Amino acid sequence: MNRVTLRKTIVACAVLAAALLLAIVLTSLVGSESLPVPASLCALASFGTSTCGLTQDQFDILFQIRLPRILLAAAVGGSLATAGAGYQALLRNPLAEPYLLGISNGAAVGTMIALVFFGAVEWTRPILAFSGALVATFAVYQLARGRAGATPERLILAGVIVTTFLSSVIVFVTVMMDATRIRSFTFWLLGDLSGASKTLLPVTILIAIAGALALTLHARSLNLLMLGERDAFDLGVEVGRVRILVFLVASLLVGSSVAASGSVGYVGLVVPHLARLSLGSDNRISIPAAALGGALFVIVADTVARTIIAPRELPVGAITALIGAPLFIYLLRRA
Amino acid sequence: MSLEARDLTVSYDDRIAVADVTLSLKQGEITAIIGPNGAGKSTLLRTLNGQLPRSSGAVLLDGEPIERLNRRSISRRIAVVAQEAELRFPVTVLEFVLGGRFAWATHSGWGWETERDLDVAESVIRETELTELSARLMSELSGGERQRALMARALATEAPILLLDEPTANLDLSHQATLLSLVRVRSNQNRIAALVVTHDINLASEFADYILLMKQGRTVHYGRPAEVLRPEILQDVFQIRVLVDAHPVTGGPRITPVHEPIRD
Repeated sequence: MNRVTLRKTIVACAVLAAALLLAIVLTSLVGSESLPVPASLCALASFGTSTCGLTQDQFDILFQIRLPRILLAAAVGGSLATAGAGYQALLRNPLAEPYLLGISNGAAVGTMIALVFFGAVEWTRPILAFSGALVATFAVYQLARGRAGATPERLILAGVIVTTFLSSVIVFVTVMMDATRIRSFTFWLLGDLSGASKTLLPVTILIAIAGALALTLHARSLNLLMLGERDAFDLGVEVGRVRILVFLVASLLVGSSVAASGSVGYVGLVVPHLARLSLGSDNRISIPAAALGGALFVIVADTVARTIIAPRELPVGAITALIGAPLFIYLLRRA
Repeated sequence: MSLEARDLTVSYDDRIAVADVTLSLKQGEITAIIGPNGAGKSTLLRTLNGQLPRSSGAVLLDGEPIERLNRRSISRRIAVVAQEAELRFPVTVLEFVLGGRFAWATHSGWGWETERDLDVAESVIRETELTELSARLMSELSGGERQRALMARALATEAPILLLDEPTANLDLSHQATLLSLVRVRSNQNRIAALVVTHDINLASEFADYILLMKQGRTVHYGRPAEVLRPEILQDVFQIRVLVDAHPVTGGPRITPVHEPIRD
């Protein structure tokens, strides 16, 4: 593996960004309703300022349903993959992942509380989801932390404890809901991108970008942190400050994506792993690559989820778990 | 450059790990800390680096209290060679050694290694005889090779004060000699002050200009090897009979433990 340079980072990110753009365009043409390709491309190129001969229904499908959903998928994927890379550096373990550690569940509890008590006020959802993720992150960190960082066994046990505890809280809150909402709720819990909210979508996208930037700008510190807190300290990393930053940023990323789409699992595991495998462990390249790759991954997974048994839909979390669980087993065996 | 501890006391909960230790490291001098397990040697080293909080006393880096300095300015002046590296993520030897240049970066989190960073890394990799391995993953290295990489990373910081925690524990005789001569040469050229925590009393005798002998957190003796390494002192501290004679080559004190024959 060659040393990571600025040039290599820019090339990798440019390739991934181009692939992401291409995926956004192509997947917006795919769906249970088939749209005329040239006219759709023309409308997309005009950023929705011209219908290019699409009927009003087709135009609405493209711009009111598909595109917001795809953009949400990108934001959620980018957020979760970045958060995963952050947790992996923080806990010094490549198996760390927000869903498996129960942090998504923490955010889910926060979102549910917002839905039950402040149903009409949408912005309370990401805020309470962030708080829930923060509490869960803190719990996992305290439980998993040993003298030599989090060993895989400790980490997974900590994740199981936090996940199961929060699952029972989720059940408790679900029971308090009215019966008609329970089904959509179960769906949402598994990760569901169909409910892209007009007000929350820009916030989710903004948080995804800001979070990925914040962690990328601390990549050199994270590189050293991955090799042990004590060594990082010796070499000049303000360990306490970086740790708090990762805590906050990763929780914010998980909170905003869970508030928007429920718990999409394994993205934070699969994508950073692939990024490290193909580009090396240097966070200066693997974090931005994971952010872009995560966006790409969830867009593709969600397209599969909404087309494979069309007109019915699967929750996207079912697809990501289908890919992620075997990889997790593989990584666990190697650890 | 100097690093000083004055009446340093460190305690965990209610157990006192280091009590009233005074110590001074200057460029051109190598100091060894010896003593039985649990004497507080590593704790002292970690406190000198500003990592563990003190209960009382002071640590002064170039006359300034260490807690007033920011982390990166300390790391440009003090490097630590730990016993083992934690390696859960794949990194190459070169990337690992370049970690030693972190404190010199213009920004604490972002940025790229400069030509100079690469030159420094390359030269310490050569000095620690790792050139052939520099593109290999750290996890593929043997224990001794990893220890040399840890040494290379510490040297890459170009810090004038070097704190070494059992630096030779995993090394064979030839690599022990290489590693120690890296420290010795730099010290003789007045480039560094070194502190070595070790269990190997003969190594301390040969290698150090000063020895701090500790027991239960306290200084038993602090002085030249010939003053500290006397049989009655060592017997008292280690609770074992020792013979001390002159090393046939260097003439310094040579310590041989005498194991009483075990009878049933």
